[in-house]
Amino acid sequence: MVQTMTSLLEVENLRVSYSARTGEVCPALSGVDFDLGYGEILGVLGESGSGKSTLAAALLRLLPAGGKIQQGSILFEGRNLLRASPQELRKIRGGRIGLISQEPSCSLHPTLPAGQQVSDVLAAHENLDRRALRQKTGHLLASVFPGDSERISRSYPHELSGGQRQRVLIAQAIACAPSLVVADEPTASLDPTTQQEILQLFRTLRQKLGLAMILITHNPALLAGLADRILVLYAGRIAEIGPSAQVLYSPQHPYTAALLRCLPSHLAEPPSTRKARLHVIQGEAPDLSWHGNGCQFEPRCTERMEVCKRDEPPAAAVSELHEVSCFKFAG
Amino acid sequence: MQPLLKVENLVKHYGAGRSARSKDKLAALDGVSLSVLPKTTTALVGESGSGKSTLALCIACLEHPTSGSISFEGIDLASLDENQLRLLRPQIQLVFQDPASSLNPRWTALEIVSEPFFVQRRYSKPDRAVRALRLLDRVAISRKMAARSACELSGGQKQRLAIARALALEPKLIILDEALSALDCSVQAQISNLLLELQASLGLTYLFITHDFGMAAHLADQIAVMDRGRVVESGSAENVLYSPNHEATRALLAATPRFSEPPAELVHA
Repeated sequence: MVQTMTSLLEVENLRVSYSARTGEVCPALSGVDFDLGYGEILGVLGESGSGKSTLAAALLRLLPAGGKIQQGSILFEGRNLLRASPQELRKIRGGRIGLISQEPSCSLHPTLPAGQQVSDVLAAHENLDRRALRQKTGHLLASVFPGDSERISRSYPHELSGGQRQRVLIAQAIACAPSLVVADEPTASLDPTTQQEILQLFRTLRQKLGLAMILITHNPALLAGLADRILVLYAGRIAEIGPSAQVLYSPQHPYTAALLRCLPSHLAEPPSTRKARLHVIQGEAPDLSWHGNGCQFEPRCTERMEVCKRDEPPAAAVSELHEVSCFKFAG
Repeated sequence: MQPLLKVENLVKHYGAGRSARSKDKLAALDGVSLSVLPKTTTALVGESGSGKSTLALCIACLEHPTSGSISFEGIDLASLDENQLRLLRPQIQLVFQDPASSLNPRWTALEIVSEPFFVQRRYSKPDRAVRALRLLDRVAISRKMAARSACELSGGQKQRLAIARALALEPKLIILDEALSALDCSVQAQISNLLLELQASLGLTYLFITHDFGMAAHLADQIAVMDRGRVVESGSAENVLYSPNHEATRALLAATPRFSEPPAELVHA
């Protein structure tokens, strides 16, 4: 489905590291490769420390101080973002790639009305006169707030609910008709009803605008029914990448399988299994300053082999489009 | 069996703005009744703004209700003066959503779990350290970790530490206010196992506040659903989960993300 057309985004061997104050260098992403087709939704699944937010920041070249892209390439619409000048980057961010961040209350200016914050994005990227600007802002807000977009436009962030603020951020992200939106835990702070509304909005926008999305989350259940493919990150490496249904319903990497087993399946199960112990992944989360050889998941893996301690597992295809980095499948 | 906690017709109004007149008052709790049996888990489920946390604060004597009554082991909390409350408070402990902001980042794990002993002036100094270490053992925080400051611990370790602190004064009731929501799935599983273990060995009663129906379904004996300051449905977990009566319950259940079987549309053409 994806490989047949040219990709919108190609990330190759991306390596990002952070240097601590002590001078120690911690790798956050160690050789990440993936591509994204036009209009495709890629879910990035990872736990804290897996490097998922680093990936989002690296794609937009917005790494915090101390973070450095050491190697690799990010080809977006045929251009290598790692060689783009600051001026070009400014045009791409918000223009071609929209970003929706985790905490909507921290991403909006507290003393400007929502409508103005959306029109500021438009004004920064497009040459519009005042009337056109106002008109376009009105359209944008109406597309994410069916109903009372007029009132929202005049409201300040503190007058809006979490879900409404998130919608304002979405309006900002799609303002200049980007081809890609990167959403980092866009629904983490919302309650489930609002969460579903926002996910529904993503579906609608993808259909209407043909947006490609990278949806970063730690919650596998959010990706079911939304993402086309899922990329599972563990300790800065891709454990598994493949079509959603395959990754969620027949996970191949021992980490993905263990992670999905942790979820309580209560609602579907007969009542007798409630209050049973949940599966856990033994051992501690990976230490990022670890520089050893071998598979990062090896210490916690129930299916470890001799080779896992020595070498890093290569990515191996288990079926078309489905790749797993584990020696179980290598050779 | 006599309920450990009985909340009757509880009302809590917050004033809206500086010049609040009576009609501007916001009813965060609008006549809530709830009873919790000892050694059980009651989940309080609802959307944000439905009044779950306000109820928790009232039960923990951190907010004064406008009207209504809360009784704990048959004692009406409103009838107690500050000294009597001081004796009662250790019985009811809280664990919050975000362990990073509920623990002092510069204190060591050991200092954090021993603090309740200092506050309540319990035990001798050497005794306190021994008890604190035993608590850390219970939640699987090693001796090595005990000397680390809270900011050096991972999210799951911090939440285990918050639970150890809540256990320090041997409470009967622990209010878990979204205590699992901020954690990764694999850590959620660890903590929920720990909570079940502690409940079985210490005979704890939990009031588990959450917007995640999934976890509520897993942990609770009783479920109460809140909507706009009222408990709109309550009963055994089975009844609420498998034959919900109220619209709000059905809406929450429908919004709970889950993937029990692969939906056909996922397998794209």
